[in-house]
Amino acid sequence: MEYVRAFLAGGLLCALAQLALDRGKWTSADVASVLVILGVLLGFSGVYDRFVAWAGAGATMPLSGFGYFLAKGVMVEPRPDGLVETGAAVFRFAGALFAFIVAGSFFASLICKPKG
Amino acid sequence: MGLKANYLREVKAFQPSPPYAANAIKAFLVGGALCTLAQWLAEWHSRLFAVSPFAAQLWAVTVMSGLAIVLTAAGKYDDFSQFAGAGAMMLMTGLANALASAAIEHRSEGWTAGVAGQMLKAGGATILYGIIVAYVLGLFWP
Repeated sequence: MEYVRAFLAGGLLCALAQLALDRGKWTSADVASVLVILGVLLGFSGVYDRFVAWAGAGATMPLSGFGYFLAKGVMVEPRPDGLVETGAAVFRFAGALFAFIVAGSFFASLICKPKG
Repeated sequence: MGLKANYLREVKAFQPSPPYAANAIKAFLVGGALCTLAQWLAEWHSRLFAVSPFAAQLWAVTVMSGLAIVLTAAGKYDDFSQFAGAGAMMLMTGLANALASAAIEHRSEGWTAGVAGQMLKAGGATILYGIIVAYVLGLFWP
């Protein structure tokens, strides 16, 4: 049942993003930025916590999930205080993804030549 | 009715309109399938290592990003992305693909100005706006 909910939630988010690309004539960077910002806003307000509890990876895999991880780092107890702690807290969970993707991309470019 | 309006009406039948429904259905199916795979990974990890559901989700998304980087390096992600559209682009795998493909594409320009300088060319907007909004909101959220 979790799989069906993950499929439905992730699929619907992707279909909506596809409609925004086709009908709204947005660029993909626009749609991606809007998704992340939405994820951050909903993550701060606590709505996304419930969405993740319901849909699992269907909520964390779309780019709004990246925004949720960013917001979750700040919202987890104990809450950070001040410029330094907040700046570190933003990367508490999202930094794991960010570091992995940047380092992985670097090593991919180390090994592979561009195709075509 | 003016000549121009007439012309626009007559020519409309010959203009290709993007297949909205077909594209949306493809994005739905592929995006949903990838999320289901990530959910399976998360539950497997959660059961095997007895970690919290949240940590398992983070782990699953990381592994899916790693898969996307490997597929990009092998040159397969592009065909897949062409078919699925937003279903492949608007997930974390799409962000990993954007960074990895930019890094691979610009490697001939050198390791600093090429790979490191251009890596965030396509995916940077997503990451930057996320960080900016999260940091500013984090400072002021009650």
